[in-house]
Amino acid sequence: MSTEPSNNDSHSINVFEELCLSRARPVMTAELRSFDGENLAVVEKELTELTPYIDGINITDNPAAHAHASNTAMAIAVKTLGGNPIMQIVCRDKNRLAIQADLVGAGMFGVENFCALTGDDVTAGDEKEARRVFDLDGPQLVSVMTGISQGSYLSGRKLKSEPHMFIGAVENPTAPPLDYRVDRALKKVDAGAKFIQLQICYQPEKLEHFIRGCVLNGVAERAALLPTVVFTKSARPLGFMDTSVPGISVPKAVIDRVANSEDQAEESYQLVKEQVIYALGLPGVAGIHFSDFRHDGSLQRMLQELGLGPKGHDRQPKEDKNAYSH
Amino acid sequence: MPKLLPLLEHVVKKPIWDCRMCGQCVLHSTGMTCPMTCPKTLRNGPCGGVRPDGNCEVVPEMPCVWVKAHDRSQHMPLIPKKWRDEFNHLRPPVNNALQGESSWINLINGKDQQTPAGWVPGEERHEH
Ligand code: SF4
Repeated sequence: MSTEPSNNDSHSINVFEELCLSRARPVMTAELRSFDGENLAVVEKELTELTPYIDGINITDNPAAHAHASNTAMAIAVKTLGGNPIMQIVCRDKNRLAIQADLVGAGMFGVENFCALTGDDVTAGDEKEARRVFDLDGPQLVSVMTGISQGSYLSGRKLKSEPHMFIGAVENPTAPPLDYRVDRALKKVDAGAKFIQLQICYQPEKLEHFIRGCVLNGVAERAALLPTVVFTKSARPLGFMDTSVPGISVPKAVIDRVANSEDQAEESYQLVKEQVIYALGLPGVAGIHFSDFRHDGSLQRMLQELGLGPKGHDRQPKEDKNAYSH
Repeated sequence: MPKLLPLLEHVVKKPIWDCRMCGQCVLHSTGMTCPMTCPKTLRNGPCGGVRPDGNCEVVPEMPCVWVKAHDRSQHMPLIPKKWRDEFNHLRPPVNNALQGESSWINLINGKDQQTPAGWVPGEERHEH
């Protein structure tokens, strides 16, 4: 289709992609917190603590409809600092022109992993007056990403090279209509998604139902399914997620279990550990995605306890880092 | 005629489906539920924010348009099987240039089927 090869000279092994495809061991991804104007040295420090334990790091895109340092800027920063970014893109804030520009621009810096999300509505955030865009929807965005990876914009205009891209999406196993969620996952896989990160799910039976459906319709084989777990320090954030985060419900029994325990921090840690063990035991699950509201080393502790880290696979190039130093 | 038809279409479709005149009607494949009444104007099924009771993330008192569409497309009597199956097809991005035009005219002249040159339907991607 296109003439020039992709920028292979700077291409190092993409551990995340490799594992999603080979399933040689469980894939571990985590979310980088959002930044609001701090020094990149802070980003580097947090990244260095995580990278030995994880295979890819999600760069969020204005999560919960709050503005932060942009997904594109942070994905490039993380790539340059030696991490393996998974750049999330939501459909809420930008039209198809702007999104394609971000994809191609980030790709030129070596960002390879992209994750398509519909995105929370603007009403979930602190700028409720904002115009919502949704020029593309989630499945369409996956398809547009695939087009770019094959060297063509949506308009049909050719890129100068075919960027190496590893494309994924998200799905929510707990949102109605439950039976339809596996069809929607399939739609995204048909459009080119090779990994699917799942919304945090506090109802194991719903997660299992979804995963089983994905095994039956082939999604689990064609895409790496990564259920999400969330580290919290107490019961309060669980209650907050239940009432205030779109698409998440936390059963009262779960909140009570943590709230009524003597050591809430430890109890919520144990809750997450049970969730991880349970999810990894489901046939069709390829790994885990971690979201962390604690930032106290719980992720590292857990992966060590489960015999899953550190991996010492920090194989990303680090040479360019001075470009972003203070 | 070209002026009269959009008006007529709007008069017919607005009261029944709350038609937004996107100019590329997909009602038949969405259980006769207009996806443009989804606050996020999604064309490919419900977002992940649907509430446990099936209501909309954005408008809590409104049933999610896509939950309704799914239910109707699968269970409404008299819907041909082909249309039921089409519910799961990947619908292309909305052509914003057609906003306000008559989808009836665009159906006849094929304009509602035109997609950007770089758009590949999901089914074809799969075979890639
Ligand atoms: S909940 Fe349903 S109607 Fe509301 S924004 Fe999401 S898909 Fe649209």
